[in-house]
Amino acid sequence: MPDVSVGKASDFADPGRKVVDISGTEIGVFRLGDDFFAYHNICPHLDGPACQGKILPCATEDVQPDGTSMGRVFSKTQMNIICPWHGYEFDIRTGKHPTDGRARLRPVNVSVRDGEVYVNVPAR
Amino acid sequence: MPLETSPRAGNIRELPEITVASDTRDYLAHAAKQALKYDDYELIVDMDAHLQEGGFWGEIIGLLENDVLKQTAEEMMRGRGGMPLINMQPGMSFQSMSGRVPHQSGPQEKTDDPAISGHRFVQIVRRTMDAMGCDYQVIFPTSMLHLGMNPMEDIEIYLARAYCRWLSEVIMPQDKRIIGLAYLPFNTPDECEKLVKQYADNPQIVGFTVCAVRHKPVHSNQYMRLYRMIEETGKPLIFHAGPHWDDPSFSQLNRFISMHALSFVHYNLIHMTNWVINALPERFPKLKTVWVESGLAWIPFLMQRLDHEVMMRQNEAPGLKRLPSEYMKEMFYSSQPMERNNLELLQATFKAINAETQLLYSSDWPHWDFDPPSSITTLPFLGDQAKRNILGLNAAKVFNLPVKRLRPRAADFLAQEAERHR
Repeated sequence: MPDVSVGKASDFADPGRKVVDISGTEIGVFRLGDDFFAYHNICPHLDGPACQGKILPCATEDVQPDGTSMGRVFSKTQMNIICPWHGYEFDIRTGKHPTDGRARLRPVNVSVRDGEVYVNVPAR
Repeated sequence: MPLETSPRAGNIRELPEITVASDTRDYLAHAAKQALKYDDYELIVDMDAHLQEGGFWGEIIGLLENDVLKQTAEEMMRGRGGMPLINMQPGMSFQSMSGRVPHQSGPQEKTDDPAISGHRFVQIVRRTMDAMGCDYQVIFPTSMLHLGMNPMEDIEIYLARAYCRWLSEVIMPQDKRIIGLAYLPFNTPDECEKLVKQYADNPQIVGFTVCAVRHKPVHSNQYMRLYRMIEETGKPLIFHAGPHWDDPSFSQLNRFISMHALSFVHYNLIHMTNWVINALPERFPKLKTVWVESGLAWIPFLMQRLDHEVMMRQNEAPGLKRLPSEYMKEMFYSSQPMERNNLELLQATFKAINAETQLLYSSDWPHWDFDPPSSITTLPFLGDQAKRNILGLNAAKVFNLPVKRLRPRAADFLAQEAERHR
């Protein structure tokens, strides 16, 4: 399958995404700043529509050098996509679950040419 | 918005974000594709799906048979909305994970004209069953799971009666695929007995449920007449676990996940321990019990623990003629939320509980930790017949259901969905 355009880069919010069904293959395309990432819309947990969920910063624990916790805070650098079926979260940049990186979204090649975002749809 | 596509790209469709307003069929679109793989199964029964009462509370309140409580509830709904008479703390409802799992906060989806398509809840349940490929769903309440802790016992009695009436008079007559259980107000045994008498012959009330979040010892003599009555109906007695953060031990837990992981198991552990140690299976040998929504890992733990101690302290469990685990192997269990992270342990658990004949598939939809039927069909250690049993044939025996397909063909449902999106 050739590269398929999913729209203009400028049409994507930041952070933002589009999820498309291309002849039965569902792909989520994400924008973070100038970077684009794409994954199959299938959660490794139970095949939920992982890319169609909420985008939120990764929650982290604010632990001080003396070991005390100041509670949970959102990451300033890591954005996650969250599967709406069960809440599995994945780092948009790596596709990996923050706790167990063996659970990860399957990547799809994505490129930007002349302001247009293309995904390379794998053969089914 | 149409996308620019390569001429060779074929059909392309943008899929929206899943939100609390999403149509259940869109939410479960992937489950509908999974259903193709078990489409030839004789029968799929989801033995634990939930009503989210919030959207229908006014209707249930309207059926309260106590004028004072009814006026109180209606007045409270006029003033603040919410769910009057329900003893949950609204500010502590973390089930939806702060919106990460939106279906937990629903239903807010659009439905069709009820005059044409039936009650809104019926429409939503049909969508769920068709998408997941289920012939039947057994409906449980959600907020009422805590009602056993309500200090006003009359509230439990009247809400139990109103809920049973709403289910049996308003909802179930509209679709025979929707089946349910009579809620037993277990704090008041006499009232439980009245409900058993009332619903014993209703074919869509397929059992009686004790919502297990409560501090009532199930072996108390005050329940023996009730158990005998249920045994004589041939319908099962079902203990449905639940969360309860106000339990003193759980107040030490600082996260919802911690309370949730322990609370559901906690109540079934206590009730099962009392049930077995007091030898109720010997007293009511034909009474079928089903233990719901605690996952499965707790069962082999308790089997081992009780077997070990009973051999040393026989004098405290003199009614037992066999080991606790042998009685527990003859009880029934619902599958969700099935712990699948270690398949070796899960396989050992299946063996310990005789899952092939004793396990009943349950989704828990629309709750945040639901399991689709594929949670069973994709288990690598399970044979085809075991999958068929767990997904429906075991439930047919427990609930006396005919083994007759009522769900649409998965391919037909997917074709309908393609048409809906055209």
